[in-house]
Amino acid sequence: MNVFDYLRPLTISEAVAAATAPGAAYLAAGTNILDLMKGGIARPDRLVDITRIPGLDRIERLPDAGFRIGALVRNADLAHDPDFARSFPAVAEALLSGASAQLRNAATVGGNLLQRTRCGYFYDAASVCNKRAPGSGCDARHGENRLHAVLGWSESCIATHPSDFCVPLVALDAVVEIEGTSGRREIALEELHRLPGNTPERESTLEPGDLIVAIRLPGGAAALSGHARYLKLRERTSYAFAVVSAAAALDIAEGKIRQARIALGGVAAKPWRARAAETALAGAVPSEAVFRRAAEAALADARPSGDNAFKIELSKRIVARTLALAAAGTPERLPALPASPFSSVPGAHHAA
Amino acid sequence: MSFSISLTVNGERRNIELEDPRTTLLDLLRERLRLTGTKKGCDRGQCGACTVMVNGRRVNSCLALAISHDAAEVLTIEGVADGTDLHPVQAAFIAHDGFQCGFCTPGQIMSAIGLIEEGQAGDDAERVREGMSGNLCRCGAYRGITEAVLDARKLLAKAGRRDAA
Repeated sequence: MNVFDYLRPLTISEAVAAATAPGAAYLAAGTNILDLMKGGIARPDRLVDITRIPGLDRIERLPDAGFRIGALVRNADLAHDPDFARSFPAVAEALLSGASAQLRNAATVGGNLLQRTRCGYFYDAASVCNKRAPGSGCDARHGENRLHAVLGWSESCIATHPSDFCVPLVALDAVVEIEGTSGRREIALEELHRLPGNTPERESTLEPGDLIVAIRLPGGAAALSGHARYLKLRERTSYAFAVVSAAAALDIAEGKIRQARIALGGVAAKPWRARAAETALAGAVPSEAVFRRAAEAALADARPSGDNAFKIELSKRIVARTLALAAAGTPERLPALPASPFSSVPGAHHAA
Repeated sequence: MSFSISLTVNGERRNIELEDPRTTLLDLLRERLRLTGTKKGCDRGQCGACTVMVNGRRVNSCLALAISHDAAEVLTIEGVADGTDLHPVQAAFIAHDGFQCGFCTPGQIMSAIGLIEEGQAGDDAERVREGMSGNLCRCGAYRGITEAVLDARKLLAKAGRRDAA
């Protein structure tokens, strides 16, 4: 790990001023950045510890039935907040399918949004990577890439964004509140992450010093809470990143879908909102055929970036299955294995 | 430049001068405070061997900067027994053969204590396994670990009811 200066500001404005300097990075729990620093992948000259800034750790219900979640709220605290989980069950399910209990107890929601890709070549300092060293090349492009992107990738970078939390958030129109050198602003979460293009080193639309202070979920999305699920296919039962995941939320009335929300994870450099699939579902009577049609629409632009053509068909099946689960209704209690398509007990019937 | 922090470790207040802000909570416990019960496995948050309780919650001490935990309350494996009386989770690990080589065991026990206090798993073996998935055991003692956690939880729930009465 490189040597760094350590600062612990007590106000947001002090933090922004301290983090505007070149080479500065924010530190919250540190569960991702410390890992990157130990591997020599991140080398900040200055760490600005925001954990002592008061007021950033609150979960507030808004007058419109939405929620405002402070950037320092821990993943576990949000997932287990009964009011929040009732209003946004797919978000709670996604959170509980991510990482391990220890990491969820520490990791913050703001940090979750800004976590880096788990592309093995990004993590391996001996490999070339356009994200780490712009213009150096991409060893993933012709390497071990069966888990890489099938949507929105470029010749420069085929990495995926690893967050589970972001997938239902982007489906439900989450908004990110940001404090920067020119004051407070807010953007849709969908606008936070960038696709790689020729500049994969620019992963978000944040400017130097910008601090995520809160995430807001609009109340309108709470109307979808009766039919909301997250499904995540992993290479082992628990404690693994998604091969492919999907969030689906439906507003069903008189046997018809009034409104649908769908997003995918593990397929692109950002959480992937599937608007064409949502349009395909509006007004339809829920059925397997309709869900498959929506899934085809969601993956219409997909193309393999390597040995990962299987992820396209897999994504379609995961989207269709998530929609079927959502249509069946949000379970009273989260399944024992949140978001899992499998049971770890051979032969047992599984709630998902 | 050195930094001074204060931690309460296993009930004892410790004032510590940190020469280097890079020190993790894990290295501080092992190298400075000589509390070597907490193990360094992967040192990257993947194995759970370094699990300790910080302010009542189980976390990976390898992915925590000590300097950022000024004023925290830390509980390690050295602090869970009551004198020579083992903690019920420790006793249950012995009773159920919840280990073989023992390297992951302090992390498993701290994680199990955290899991039971979180209260999400109840008596459901599947929820216990899911809740313990952040602790790897390369000897494969998972069956005994799950049985130990379930048994200890039952015992602690009974004791809790007795305390309340």
